[in-house]
Amino acid sequence: MGKVIVVTSGKGGVGKTTSSAALGAALARDGEKVVVVDFDVGLRNLDLVMGAERRVVYDLVNVIQGEAKLTQALIRDKRLETLYLLPASQTRDKDNLTAEGVETVIGALKQAFDWVICDSPAGIERGATLAMRHADIAIVVTNPEVSSVRDSDRIIGLLDSKTLKAEAGDRMEKHLLLTRYDPVRAQRGDMLKVDDVLEILSIPLLGIVPESMDVLRASNVGSPVTLADERSAPAVAYFDAARRLKGEALPIAIPGEKRGFFGKFFGRKVA
Amino acid sequence: MNLLRLFSRSQSAPAARERLQVLLAHERAAVGDSDLVTKLRDEILRAIAKHMQIDDEKVSVRMERGAKVSTLAVDIEIPFDTDKKAA
Ligand SMILES: Nc1ncnc2c1ncn2[C@@H]1O[C@H](COP(=O)(O)OP(=O)(O)OP(=O)(O)O)[C@@H](O)[C@H]1O
Ligand SMILES: [Mg+2]
Repeated sequence: MGKVIVVTSGKGGVGKTTSSAALGAALARDGEKVVVVDFDVGLRNLDLVMGAERRVVYDLVNVIQGEAKLTQALIRDKRLETLYLLPASQTRDKDNLTAEGVETVIGALKQAFDWVICDSPAGIERGATLAMRHADIAIVVTNPEVSSVRDSDRIIGLLDSKTLKAEAGDRMEKHLLLTRYDPVRAQRGDMLKVDDVLEILSIPLLGIVPESMDVLRASNVGSPVTLADERSAPAVAYFDAARRLKGEALPIAIPGEKRGFFGKFFGRKVA
Repeated sequence: MNLLRLFSRSQSAPAARERLQVLLAHERAAVGDSDLVTKLRDEILRAIAKHMQIDDEKVSVRMERGAKVSTLAVDIEIPFDTDKKAA
């Protein structure tokens, strides 16, 4: 049975879709069977970031409404044969997502894949709550900036109350992915420090992804950044984060600094 | 960052522009309901459904939307009963 991950944030534009694609591709490159599901109904973008936009035949809403079979809607990546995409609908709205429909789809995907990565839309409405509903693990994507941290705190609250895991009295495994981290601004002291964000949100750190042109370049050509240039700084950060998801304990380097994090902030038990 | 790597890379913006032009042309057609590929897909599947049960594993549909041409591939596994033929 595969693991279901939700990539969520509350705030928009922090890097959820970029991270979903990059982590999905990183896991699939190691031979894991991965499906990345776009929950951003009405404003899909994961297909573009993964370079599959010309090959979309059916989408999540078609499957939920019974207009297409799940296997017909899955698109296999052109580069990695264990990486699949389930696109969101571009023309229908999110009211077409039913709780039962989503449950059936996620249940079937868990049977067939090692990892089911749900790319959540921004906000705390239906799309976002349905994306997190069946998760085993949550990745909270946060930028080192006040409104993003505040929204992440709100999302953590929802993860601990509105998910199936929470309702069953279980603990949701939560990880913080700090993205768009700018070492120059950090050095000037104009950006929240990693320690500050960790202290405020108090969930373990999965990785720190630097602000980088490589992310823009990858999305321009339609490739997850971990496949576009696997030696680039953001790609390395995502590859390490993927290994931590699989249970490896790797030290986390802070971009632009010599010191790193180990033990104190990273540890699965803290969640 | 390695400078050599930086300069050896080609620009990515032209690729973004080309991808967007193709995608948006197709999306606008879809909104105006004049998307021929989707229409053909649905009509072909309806025709198939008249003659056989459309099974998950037995019918696969692929599309590729291009700037000048698009392709639609409907791959059907058609059941054939050898017993009936021999009888
Ligand atoms: N590490 C990074 N460095 C530079 N740009 C980045 C980085 N991460 C994301 N971006 C850029 O930020 C923008 C938003 O990213 P993305 O679409 O992944 O965010 P999102 O959280 O999915 O947004 P939404 O809430 O709208 O779904 C994109 O233009 C993306 O290229
Ligand atoms: Mg997104």
